[in-house]
Amino acid sequence: MKLALITDIHANREAFEACLEQAHLHGAERIALLGDFVGYGADPGWVVEQVRDLVSQGAIAVKGNHDEAVVNGPSPQLVEEARRVIAWTREQLSEAQLDFLGALPYTREEGTCLFVHANAFAPDEWEYVTGRTEAVRSMHATHCRHTFVGHVHQPTLYHMSSTGKIADFTPVPGVAVPVPAHRQWLAIPGSCGQPRDGNPAACWAMFDTLHHTLAFHRVPYDHEATAAKIIAAGLPRGLGERLFAGT
Amino acid sequence: MNDPLPPSAASAAPSSPWPGSHGLVLPPLEVGQVIDGFRLVERLHQGGMAYLWRVTHSEYPNLPLLMKVPRIKGGEDPATIVGFEVEMMLLPMVKGQHVPRFIAKGDFTTRPYIVMEHIPGESLRPRLDAAPLPFDEVARIGWRVATALHDLHRQHVIHLDIKPSNILFRPANDGSALGPAVLVDFGLSRHDHLPDLLDEEFNLPMGTGPYMSPEQVQFVRNEPRSDLFALGVMLYHLTTGERPFGAPTSVRGLRERLYKEPIPPRVHRPDCPPWLQEIILRCLEVDATKRHPSAAHLAQDLLNPHTIKLTARAEKSAQAGALQTFKRWFKAMGTEPAERSSAGEQLKRAPIILAAVDVQGATPALLDLVRETVQRILSTEPGARLACVSVMKTARIGMDELTDKQGNSLHVKQLVGLKHWARPISQALELEDNRLTFHVLEAPDTAGAIVEFAQKTQVDHIIMGARGNSALRRYLGSVSSQVVAQADCTVTVVRVPSEQAGAVE
Repeated sequence: MKLALITDIHANREAFEACLEQAHLHGAERIALLGDFVGYGADPGWVVEQVRDLVSQGAIAVKGNHDEAVVNGPSPQLVEEARRVIAWTREQLSEAQLDFLGALPYTREEGTCLFVHANAFAPDEWEYVTGRTEAVRSMHATHCRHTFVGHVHQPTLYHMSSTGKIADFTPVPGVAVPVPAHRQWLAIPGSCGQPRDGNPAACWAMFDTLHHTLAFHRVPYDHEATAAKIIAAGLPRGLGERLFAGT
Repeated sequence: MNDPLPPSAASAAPSSPWPGSHGLVLPPLEVGQVIDGFRLVERLHQGGMAYLWRVTHSEYPNLPLLMKVPRIKGGEDPATIVGFEVEMMLLPMVKGQHVPRFIAKGDFTTRPYIVMEHIPGESLRPRLDAAPLPFDEVARIGWRVATALHDLHRQHVIHLDIKPSNILFRPANDGSALGPAVLVDFGLSRHDHLPDLLDEEFNLPMGTGPYMSPEQVQFVRNEPRSDLFALGVMLYHLTTGERPFGAPTSVRGLRERLYKEPIPPRVHRPDCPPWLQEIILRCLEVDATKRHPSAAHLAQDLLNPHTIKLTARAEKSAQAGALQTFKRWFKAMGTEPAERSSAGEQLKRAPIILAAVDVQGATPALLDLVRETVQRILSTEPGARLACVSVMKTARIGMDELTDKQGNSLHVKQLVGLKHWARPISQALELEDNRLTFHVLEAPDTAGAIVEFAQKTQVDHIIMGARGNSALRRYLGSVSSQVVAQADCTVTVVRVPSEQAGAVE
């Protein structure tokens, strides 16, 4: 089965639509969404509605830290700007939408796969997998052979041998990488709505659950329109401007 | 097949790395046994790492097949296991006549095997025992291997274990023994677009001692020119009968090649032609950036040895002295391998451009415009190589006049004209001489000769002029359109706007 992985949409409708369309063209039979549906972007209501719809049709979805913050109210440690975005986002969502976000699980396991927003060792504490050390910690915390995480916005693939040797790899878009289950893999598809690796195109990935191959993809979208909406909504300008450079 | 690691490497191996680490115990294979539809016919080889079986399958009645099965006894060298995994991952990704065709693979954890096309005949290994070989044979072998390497590099794969036992040859079309080279054993290879399973796996250099490049000794696994170094070692051995760096078995011994120069081939074999010594010593440069920029550049030199611009390497008659070696040692002590990109990136920077120039027939305006276009394209590609080609049309039947009325060689005359045409380019771009070559081809079919030359020398881009005069085109046909139709690379056709062409004529 072809499973499309989309994460860190961050209320970016245009990027989400572009990823869904390309996933459909590539023959995706199911979708897994790895959290952070809201925050930063100007279309939280539309995005959450779309996610609810997809979940009702069988899509997998887990909760991200931005989703939790919108439901619970921002934590006091957050910077002023982020608190403001969260407060604004909360106003855009209906009770039902907030309930939906609040009820999302932190993790989901299916077949050889674990889906989680931040990591497998403490899914609700939001520690980032930014290097091999955290990747090993996460892989040791699960028996699943394939872990899919978001949270970090740069596409990366970590792999660990049965003897615990870990390495990482920056994927080349469009290449199907064999990810056999005798190794453990931790894949970060990269952010759909806020890519941060210097390429403004939206990230997503496709996992073939039968052949165990994983392809990372990039899809360009009208980021100028998205940025204009962010600015028009009165959200911090920088959140829109960074979409141009993908940083 | 030699052990791909120096013997000392095995002792540092982690224990029992086979998946699951309970150890995979498989019953021994027997003649007549059938695995996933493949019938085992005959065991061909029992190396240190794998069994090779001749197999048959009803779906492939006419294709000789080979099954490679890793030797698993427990406590083995992890290079065997991860190497087999790497080969299972890479072989399905590579295509073409220079690799064995991939047929099938077994599940890695329960029944690991790879089935591929069986390339009959012996590897290059026995030719080492016959060395020193005639120089033209060394060049023929070298050209075939370099051509195969370029094809592999173009597919984003660096072999990293090039040695005679990993090189086979397909039969040639004309029935002679030496057809295209086929590279086998991808256990240490690296694909630009796939994770490197061998990265971080071992703390000792990976490769085969005598052939390992200096950067492999320093753990660099993404330098395509490592394969050129290994080919240089082979060419040295085939030319002289000696190994340039011996067969070291310790890391310290391997590191010697970072500072100790090989004895120039001419010391072993005084009649070694300067062009061959130039090629071999360039392949063996410690600094990869001083080697040929790509295997295609090397192949072109081996195919056209007399176009090579010789440097001090060609005449060298002794190794560097003790002081020089000490300086090199001191430098090697402190060097960190440079950050490198990948096979794909390296190839993009070193294309071969062919300028097909009709020095006698084209109008001055067209010659100028072709030159301008070539110069513009070259200036964006600092690692590019320019081959200037002119075709002397010969009659299909009968004898040709090879001299003009004054008795001068027409061939030489054309070559002089070609060099004169290219002079402004080499001056403007300061082309080092080894980036510029000249070729006068003699053939009845101009377009065919250009296409064939481009294919043989793995040209990336052909630039040529179009005949401006429509009457001429009508009578003689268009050479450029034939080249566009037949070449398997990019072709730029340069045309002078009609008013301008008229003004000149």
